[in-house]
Amino acid sequence: MAQLRVPITSTDHAIGSPDAPLVLVEYGDYQCPFCGAAQLVVKQLLIDLRSNLLFVFRNFPLAEVHPFAFPAAAAAEAAGLQSHFWPMHDRLFENQHLLDPGSLLDHARALRLNTARFLTDAQSPNVQRRIAADMEGGARSGVNGTPTFFANGVRVDGGYAYENLAAALTGLRV
Amino acid sequence: MSLLPEGTKAPEFTLSLAPDQKVSLADCRGRNTVLVFYPADWSPVCGDQLAVYNELLPLFRGHDAEIVAISVDSVWCHAAFARDRKIHFPLLADFEPKGAVAKAYGAYRDQDGFAERALFVIDPAGIIRWSYLSPLGVNPGADVILDALQSLKAKV
Repeated sequence: MAQLRVPITSTDHAIGSPDAPLVLVEYGDYQCPFCGAAQLVVKQLLIDLRSNLLFVFRNFPLAEVHPFAFPAAAAAEAAGLQSHFWPMHDRLFENQHLLDPGSLLDHARALRLNTARFLTDAQSPNVQRRIAADMEGGARSGVNGTPTFFANGVRVDGGYAYENLAAALTGLRV
Repeated sequence: MSLLPEGTKAPEFTLSLAPDQKVSLADCRGRNTVLVFYPADWSPVCGDQLAVYNELLPLFRGHDAEIVAISVDSVWCHAAFARDRKIHFPLLADFEPKGAVAKAYGAYRDQDGFAERALFVIDPAGIIRWSYLSPLGVNPGADVILDALQSLKAKV
């Protein structure tokens, strides 16, 4: 059974209380259509489980098959440096057909980011290193494709359907 | 059929990499080889096992290891698949006689004629140092391989 080996820290992108009893970690790729579909499931879980759930997103861009995955991950990280990680994250998943460099800049403008800083940050060694570190941690934890979810520290096998993720998190059949 | 265990000499093979090019296990001597048996090209998910290994090649190379993948698909099928998925490691065709190498490693599925999802780490001297059969339907991540390579390094 594959286990999450990189603990959640304050530098992670997280929604919910760090003390929440249920923890869901996703390793995802903004250009992966399955991750786009899983985003809707995550949103529903956040609604249904409310303050009981902490959700963390980490990057796992499959850059060889998805040419825009890495720039999109860098765009989300760069937006994060202007406190707009989640708005950019949602926008990218809602617009998976608009991930080319021009579109990424349009997203930054739409979120009213400082675009000069956004462009610089997206290319910066810090952002590149962070994405690489996410990938290495994911590899170490048994990420076997995208999306890969860990529920309370254990890899969820069998897909990202709502019922499967909810059961893995709560131990209950829903 | 069960996988050849740790400590066994890895069975020699020569398989086609391309229509005019063959690769032997002997060509891999001197480095660690991660031998990946997998059922078939064109798996229906985009983030599949080989795509993940493909992204993580620098991590494997950091352990002085090269990936070699084998299925029963033909060279033409492998060529199209590797081009489509931009795979940067060899996909070998265990095509004729079908599955002979998979059988030699105990990684052939008589019930449906595919190779298992089986992993082997072969050391620079050609000895199997680790093997792993993934449960049906569970894609093995890279973690099990990286752990095996790590512990191999610790033993040297």
